[in-house]
Amino acid sequence: MIRFILAFVVMMSALPAWAGVDIKEVKSESGLTAWLVEDHSIPFVALEIRFRGGASLDAPGKRGAITLMTALLEEGAADMDARAFARALEALATSFEFDVNDDEVSVSARFLTENRDASMALLRAALMQPRFDPEAIERVRGQVLSIIRSDAQDPNDIASRTFDQIAYGDHPYASSLNGTEDSVAGLTRDDLIAAHAATLARDRIYIGAVGDITEQDLATLMDALLGDLPQSGAPMPPRAEVNIPSGVTVVEFDTPQSVALFGHAGMAQDDPDFFAATVLNQILGGGSFESRLMKEVREKRGLTYGVYSYLLPKDLAETYMGSVSSANDRIAEAIDVIREEWAKAARDGVTEEELRDAKTYLTGAYPLRFDGNGPIARIMVGMQMLALPIDYAATRNARVEAVTLEDVRRVAGELLDPEGLHFVVVGKPVGLESTPAN
Amino acid sequence: MRLPFIGACFALLLPSPLVAEEAVTTFALDNGMQVVVVEDHRAPVVQHMIWYKAGSADEPKGSSGVAHFLEHLLFKATDTMASGELSATVAANGGRDNAFTSYDYTAYFQRVAADRLELMMRMESDRMRNIRLTEDNIRTERDVIIEERNQRTENNPNALFSEQMSAAQYLNHRYGVPIIGWMHEMQTLDREDALSFYELYYSPNNAILVVSGDVDPAEVRRLANQYYGVIPANPALPVRLRTEEPPQTAERRLIFRDPRVAQPYINRSYLAPERDSGEQETAAALTILAEILGGGTTSFLAEQLQFNTQIATYTGAFYRGVSLDDTTFDVVVVPQPGVSLQEAEDAMDEALKAFVEKGVDAEQLDRIKLQLRASEIYARDDVDRIANRYGQALTSGLTVEDVQAWPDILAAVTADDIMEAARNVMNRKASVTGWLMTEETTQ
Repeated sequence: MIRFILAFVVMMSALPAWAGVDIKEVKSESGLTAWLVEDHSIPFVALEIRFRGGASLDAPGKRGAITLMTALLEEGAADMDARAFARALEALATSFEFDVNDDEVSVSARFLTENRDASMALLRAALMQPRFDPEAIERVRGQVLSIIRSDAQDPNDIASRTFDQIAYGDHPYASSLNGTEDSVAGLTRDDLIAAHAATLARDRIYIGAVGDITEQDLATLMDALLGDLPQSGAPMPPRAEVNIPSGVTVVEFDTPQSVALFGHAGMAQDDPDFFAATVLNQILGGGSFESRLMKEVREKRGLTYGVYSYLLPKDLAETYMGSVSSANDRIAEAIDVIREEWAKAARDGVTEEELRDAKTYLTGAYPLRFDGNGPIARIMVGMQMLALPIDYAATRNARVEAVTLEDVRRVAGELLDPEGLHFVVVGKPVGLESTPAN
Repeated sequence: MRLPFIGACFALLLPSPLVAEEAVTTFALDNGMQVVVVEDHRAPVVQHMIWYKAGSADEPKGSSGVAHFLEHLLFKATDTMASGELSATVAANGGRDNAFTSYDYTAYFQRVAADRLELMMRMESDRMRNIRLTEDNIRTERDVIIEERNQRTENNPNALFSEQMSAAQYLNHRYGVPIIGWMHEMQTLDREDALSFYELYYSPNNAILVVSGDVDPAEVRRLANQYYGVIPANPALPVRLRTEEPPQTAERRLIFRDPRVAQPYINRSYLAPERDSGEQETAAALTILAEILGGGTTSFLAEQLQFNTQIATYTGAFYRGVSLDDTTFDVVVVPQPGVSLQEAEDAMDEALKAFVEKGVDAEQLDRIKLQLRASEIYARDDVDRIANRYGQALTSGLTVEDVQAWPDILAAVTADDIMEAARNVMNRKASVTGWLMTEETTQ
């Protein structure tokens, strides 16, 4: 593969909508709202449900409880143990994916039209009546502990954890949502029940559906599925104070290639300059082969397989991040080049040609994301979570087009802070040392 | 919850069979180039792919990694395009492009608005014959692939272990050599290595064009004739003959130690037949066997080692049927803390033995068959995956007819077929058992 596809690449720009997709708002009798794209060409539905708050709602001392709880939702519900539940899903050819990140617990469901009611009964059981059987808790706890131990030996995970600690102080963002070996070992069944009550509630729910279902049927489905959830859960965590000192942190790890994660403060997604920042990032290091970082670090010097930058606007904090990995004796040079490019863009902005190319890319690429029922459902939920209007599609490209050369130059000057960048380097980098603490 | 360290090499679960046949059109150009068109008119998007029947297993001895190196170099200049211009043009048209190399194929693709298909064909057909490489390209791009190996393999003990497993599994076949290449051979790759591979294998009679999305097959045919049809076939294209495995008569065992290993595990791989054109029945049985043995919570290994006993944190079984030559059937067991690899291996062997004695659970087989049928419906939501399936199959010795017959062959598999396939494949003499461990602690 000539380029490594990063999972977070999709977060680099505001979530788009495509004008060709007809999104309808559906309200249920009990007051739930969903966005729907009705499409009866294939007899199945993709349903996406998210609960805001996610793993950051972990109670003090209970880090990892929400991750473990989420993993256990598919491990037994109502009168079914884990295997009975899995067999019931298989017998319907239905799939549920439960996932969690710093800002949300998500449920991605896919079911055939003919099995809609039975599938939703199973999902309701998983969400409302999870069993948290002691046997299942121990089994899944063992899996989470195994992941925690593996992450502790993975240079990429070490880099993320180290950077988050530096950036986010005592906020939940500062630590892994999996928890630590100690915190996970200490979690009880009661902690999981509390984590469930803290996260899955009506006042933080966002719903998207795409496929073979009518507005009326979706409204009925929503109430049957989610109507009886409690009205509210734990209060949302406070915003994180982002405080990233400039400099370098080296984490010694015996491996041939150093992994570097770098960044400084970022920009909120509802900032009026966010589109200018998105265009700027596309030009500087936004995942494409043509970015300045790729050209300078990879194409001209062969210092890496991949170098990227990305705006990371989370719900409660914003950073501007990047990553690169190079052999231990070459990483220092890669970092020098990145700093230089950061400074150059901050000082001089971008060229007319770069601006034009970035705009054509960003405006042309967005319909390509609407490539299937599941992806469209996820995009619609993302739009709702950002409080974007339902007709956002009609204005999105115009906002990209409206960005001027002067906007990018100004935003580059304000946002990019070459002196303020902090690099976390995991490996045995030659010629790099940690900046002494002030 | 799945453990993340079981990497992409095992990612293949049940293949979802193809869509209704009317959405797929196939034909050939006069110069021998095969074309597959998969239609989906829901969104104005097209994916344009060229698959070459040339992968790492086709490389000359001593030049491991050259197929993948060449893949990188195809993004450099041609007679009419500057270095990087193809990708830049795709991006400036709002599209994405990339490429990938495997044992049996190298593929290039662009995903872009449907009305840009002609531009994609113009550029892709250009680099089929006209690349121009400088020594400077070679030097920097060789550094890039070395960093890629560092990133994917050298920094990852699971990947290093997997390389050793393959090297031990294949006594005489190139599948024993990593796709990205051995480091010491990658370091010596030069312009001549890349160009001789290119001139031998990059020609229309060794390529398959796969176009999926919002396209009209007649229009694809017209454009394909215009851009690819004018390139002459390579009469010197060699027959694809590879060194074959001798009978495997000795069980192999290996231990890979690395201080970076946090989670030890066992991998047992058995040499296994692949999907052969016109004879896919055994592969179909093995595909379902992998699902029955190690396809998740309801699988036999999970039941024996994760539910009935607490031996394992994770179990899995994997079979990759699309392959030009003999493939492998793999079983993985990740032991619980406090369970030694020896205990885990003994429990794994006991479970496999119990499975052979006990046979297939009829209800489980019914559920798997039902999911296979449902997957035909779900597959219609993702035509690019269907396109990939054709590309892989047609570069791995299968035909369009084989791809289209596959769902019915899977549906016809019986419990007896599965047990026969299981008994045959679990031949310890043709197996490798690997232990991935951390370093021994010394006082």
